[in-house]
Amino acid sequence: MTHASERSLTTYLTGFVLAVILTAIPFALVWGELLTGPAVYIVIAVAAVLQVLVHLVFFLHLDLKHTPGENLFFLGFAAVLIFIMVGGSLWIMMDLHHRMM
Amino acid sequence: MLGRLTIDAIPLYSWVAMGGAAVTVCGGLAVFLLITYLRAWKVLWTDWLTSVDHKKIGIMYVVLALVMLVRGFVDALMMRAQQAIALNSEGYLPPEHFEQIFSSHGTIMIFFVAMPFLTGLINIIVPQQIGARDVAFPFLNSVSLWMTAAGAGLVLVSLVIGKFSTAGWTGYPPYSGIEYSPGVGVDYWLWALIVSGVGSTMSGINFIVTIVKNRCPGMTYMRMPMFTWTTLCISILIAFAFPALTVVAAQLALDRTLGFHFFTNGDGGNMMMFANLLWIWGHPEVYILILPAFGIFSEVVATFSRKRLFGYKSLVYATACIAILSFTVWLHHFFTMGSSANVNAVFGIATMIIAVPTGVKIFDWMFTIYRGRIEFHPSMVFTIGFMVTFVIGGVTGVLLALPPADYLMHNSTFLVAHFHNMLIPGALFGYFAGLNYWFPKAFGFKLDAKWGIRSFWFWIIGFYLAFMPLYVLGFMGMSRRMEHYADPTWQPYLVVAALGALCVLAGIVCIAVQLYVSAKNWGSARDTTGDPWNGRTLEWATSSPPAPYNFAVIPEVRDLDAFHDMKIRGAAYQAPVQYEDIVMPKSSGIGPILGALSFVLGFAMVWYIWWLAALCLVLSLVCVGMRACDDASDFVMPAAEVARIENARLAQISMADMHDMRDFMPRGAASGAALPGRA
Amino acid sequence: MGEMSVTSELLEHEEKKSLDSREFGFWIYLMTDAVIFALLFATYVVLAKNSAAGPTSKELFDLGHTAGETALLLLSSLTFGMATISMSEDRLNRVVQWLIVTLVLGLGFLAMELIEFHGMIAQGAGPETSGFLSAFFTLVGTHGLHVTFGSIGICVMIGQVLVKGLTLPVRSRLIRLGLFWHFLDIVWIGIFSVVYLPGVM
Repeated sequence: MTHASERSLTTYLTGFVLAVILTAIPFALVWGELLTGPAVYIVIAVAAVLQVLVHLVFFLHLDLKHTPGENLFFLGFAAVLIFIMVGGSLWIMMDLHHRMM
Repeated sequence: MLGRLTIDAIPLYSWVAMGGAAVTVCGGLAVFLLITYLRAWKVLWTDWLTSVDHKKIGIMYVVLALVMLVRGFVDALMMRAQQAIALNSEGYLPPEHFEQIFSSHGTIMIFFVAMPFLTGLINIIVPQQIGARDVAFPFLNSVSLWMTAAGAGLVLVSLVIGKFSTAGWTGYPPYSGIEYSPGVGVDYWLWALIVSGVGSTMSGINFIVTIVKNRCPGMTYMRMPMFTWTTLCISILIAFAFPALTVVAAQLALDRTLGFHFFTNGDGGNMMMFANLLWIWGHPEVYILILPAFGIFSEVVATFSRKRLFGYKSLVYATACIAILSFTVWLHHFFTMGSSANVNAVFGIATMIIAVPTGVKIFDWMFTIYRGRIEFHPSMVFTIGFMVTFVIGGVTGVLLALPPADYLMHNSTFLVAHFHNMLIPGALFGYFAGLNYWFPKAFGFKLDAKWGIRSFWFWIIGFYLAFMPLYVLGFMGMSRRMEHYADPTWQPYLVVAALGALCVLAGIVCIAVQLYVSAKNWGSARDTTGDPWNGRTLEWATSSPPAPYNFAVIPEVRDLDAFHDMKIRGAAYQAPVQYEDIVMPKSSGIGPILGALSFVLGFAMVWYIWWLAALCLVLSLVCVGMRACDDASDFVMPAAEVARIENARLAQISMADMHDMRDFMPRGAASGAALPGRA
Repeated sequence: MGEMSVTSELLEHEEKKSLDSREFGFWIYLMTDAVIFALLFATYVVLAKNSAAGPTSKELFDLGHTAGETALLLLSSLTFGMATISMSEDRLNRVVQWLIVTLVLGLGFLAMELIEFHGMIAQGAGPETSGFLSAFFTLVGTHGLHVTFGSIGICVMIGQVLVKGLTLPVRSRLIRLGLFWHFLDIVWIGIFSVVYLPGVM
C-alpha cells in the first residue's frame, strides 16, 4: 500500500467536515422531529451509507486506482455477504414473525 | 474459589461414564509416560510444540484428527450398539447418556476430526504447491493449532470432569439455555466451539494471505493446483462464516452465564434467531469440509490416471460458484421450522442450484480418468469409491432440497444417512486419499499400499452397511437420535447398521496397522527423489521430507502442472550456480502457551471460576502484547547450510530414480514424431 | 562486512514483504470483524421491539448523550489522522502527542458509555431484563470492548514509538491500528443510525 500522498491535512479535514454534516442531518431530523414516517429512515440510511463512504475514502484512503485489487475484492465480498446474511436474516425473521401473529 | 466445581463432577454415577473417563485419563497418562520413558520432552518442546514450521504444524493437526477420530468413533459404536438392541427396551445407555454421546459424536467429528484433518493437509502441502517457503503468518499458524487442540481438550476433559452437552452438536435453545440445561455440558460445548472457532478463523485469514501474497513468480491464479484453489475458497469461507458461529455461541453463552435474553422462552428472546445464525455458519461449514476433499481428488485423479486434469477452468469456476452459493442456502437446514412457502421456495431453489457445480466436477474427474492409464493406488481407490458413493448422497440432498419432501424427511434417519453419505465417502475418503498420497512427502517413506486398500474396503463396505439401512428407516418413519423404539420392523435394519459400524472399526484398525507396518518397514519404502508418484504439482519438487525452507531456490512457474512441466523441460533437480541465505521464522513458545491459557480459560468459564478466567485473559493479553512488540522473530539460515542440505539431497537422486517422462511427450499418431504442445 | 550488509538487506526485504502481508491480513481480519458486527446488528433489529414489558428504547436513550459520544469518536478519528500525517513527516514527538490526544478522546468516549450503561442498569434496564436490552448491551458493548482494545493498542504503540522510534515495523503497526480505529468509527455510524436514532422515534 502506498502511504505517502494520501495522508494530507486537507484529506482528513474534508472527511471530518463531511462526516460532521452527514451526522448532523439525521440527528437534527430526529431530535427536532422535523420529519416523520418512512422518510426519516431513508434519510438516516442514506446519510449513514454516505458517511461510511466518506470514512472509507478520506480516512481509510480507499482509492480505486491505488488500493490493491485484493483489498477491494474482499471489501466488496464482505459487503455482498453482509447484505445476504443480514438481509436474509431479516427476511426470514420477519416472515416468521408474521406467521406467528 | 473453584466456582461450581465439586467432587460430584467425577462421573461416579454411571459405569459407562466411568469407563470413558478411565480410558481418557489412562490414555493421557500413557502418552505422558511414553514421552517421559523416551526422554523426549525437550525434543518435543523445541522441535515440535514450539515449531512454527507449517509442515510440522500440519502433521500435528493430522495426529489430533486421527486421535479424535477414534474418540468420536467410539461414540458411533456405542450408538449403533444401543439402537441395535433397544427395541422396546432401555438398552444399556440411559437417555441422558445417549444424548451426550450423539452430541459429542457430532461435535468431535466436525470440529475435531474433519476440520483439523483438512487444516493439517492444507498446512503441509499448500505452501509447497505455490512454491512458497511458509505460510504468511507462521506464528499465527501455531496459535491456531494450539487453540484447536485446546477446544479438543475441553471436549475430552468433559468426559472426566462433569458431563457433555445433551443438546446435539447444534445445541438449539431454549433446550440448550440455562433453564433447561443448567449443568456444565452445554458450556463445555460452547467454549470448545468458541476457542477452536477463533483458531479456525485465524487459519482462514492465514491461508487467504498466503495464497494471495506468497505464490512464486509465474504462478498466476489460473496456474494454481486445484488443491490450492479449493484451499483459497474454503479459507474465504472460513474467514467469513466462522464469525457467525462466534456470534451465536457468544450470545448463547451470555444467555446462560449472565442471564441475557437472546434465545430464552420469555422476556423477549427469539430462539429462531439461534437456528438462523447457527446455519449461516453451518452451511458454509459443510462446504469447508468437502471442498478440500474435492481438491485432493482432483490431484489424485490426474496423477494416477497419468493425465492432465480435465476441465481445469470449469473446476475452478465450479469451486468458486459453490463457495459463493454456500452462503445463500442456509435455511434448508430448518425448512420445517415455520417459514412461509416463499421463503422455503427461494432457499430450496438455491439449494438445488448448488448441486450443479458439484455435478460438473464429477464429470471433470470422470473425463480425466477416461483413457488414462490408471494405477490403483490406495488414494485412487478412495477416489473411485468416493465418486460412486458420494453421488448417491448428492441426489438424496437434491431430494431433501424440496421443502415439501423435506417436511417428511427432516430429522429422520434419512437425513442422518444423507449427511454421513456426504461426510464419509466425501470428506473423510478425501482426507484418507490425501493421507496416502502425501504421507511420503511429509515423512520420507510411503504408506503400505496393501493395508491401505484393506482399510478402504472395510470403510466402504462398512459405510454402505451402516448407512443404507438408515435411508430406508427414514422412509419408514424412524426419527434421528432415538435412544429406544417400539417398531419391530426397524430392528433388522439397525442390526445391519451395527454390523456396518463394526466393519468401519475394522477399517480404522487397518489404518492403525498400516501406520505401524509402514513405520516398521520405512527403510524399504523410502522416497528418495521426493516424487514417488510422478506428480504434476510443485510439492513433488521438494525433498521428502522437505527442507525447513521447502525450496532453496524459489521456482519460476511457466505453466499449469508446474512440476510436470519442469520435468518435461529437464528443469527439475537442477542445482543453482550459488545458494543464497534464507530468512526463516524463529520457533515460539507463545503458541502452546496461548493454547494452554485458552484451555484453562474455557474450563474456568464452564465451572464459573471467574478469577481464573480473568487471570487467563490477562495473561493471554500479555502474551499477545509481547509478541506485538517483537521485531526479532526471524533468523537467517546461511547459504552454506542451505548448500549442505541441498547437496546431500541431490546426491541421493540418480538418473535411475527419476521418472521417465517420454510417455508424456505428445507424439503424432502416424509419424510417432514428437509434437509441440502440452502433455 | 560485505556479507553482513547482504544479510541485513535480505532481512529488510523479507521484513517489507512480511509487513505488506500483515497489512493485508489485518484488512481481512477487519472484514471478518465487520461480519461479526453485521450479525450483532441483525440480532438487534430482530429483538429491538422485544422489551418484554420492561423499559423501551424511547424511555432509555438520550440523544444528547449519543451526540456527545459521536463527537468524541469522530474527533478521535481526525486526531489519529493527524498522528498518521506526523508519522509520514517523521515527527516522532508529534506522533506521540496526537496519539495521546486520540487516547484521551477514546477514553472520554468509553467513560460516557460506561456512565450510560451504569445509568441504565441502575434503573433496572440491564441486559438481563429483556431481549431488546440483551441485544443492545451486546452490540454497543462489543463496540466499546473494541474501543478498549484499541485504546490499549494506542498505549502500546506510544511505548513502541518512544522506545524503538519510527522504524518500519512500528509504522506498519500504527497504520494497522489506524485502520482499526477508523473501522470502529464506521461501526459507530451504524450504531447511532440503527440503534439510537430509530430508538427514540
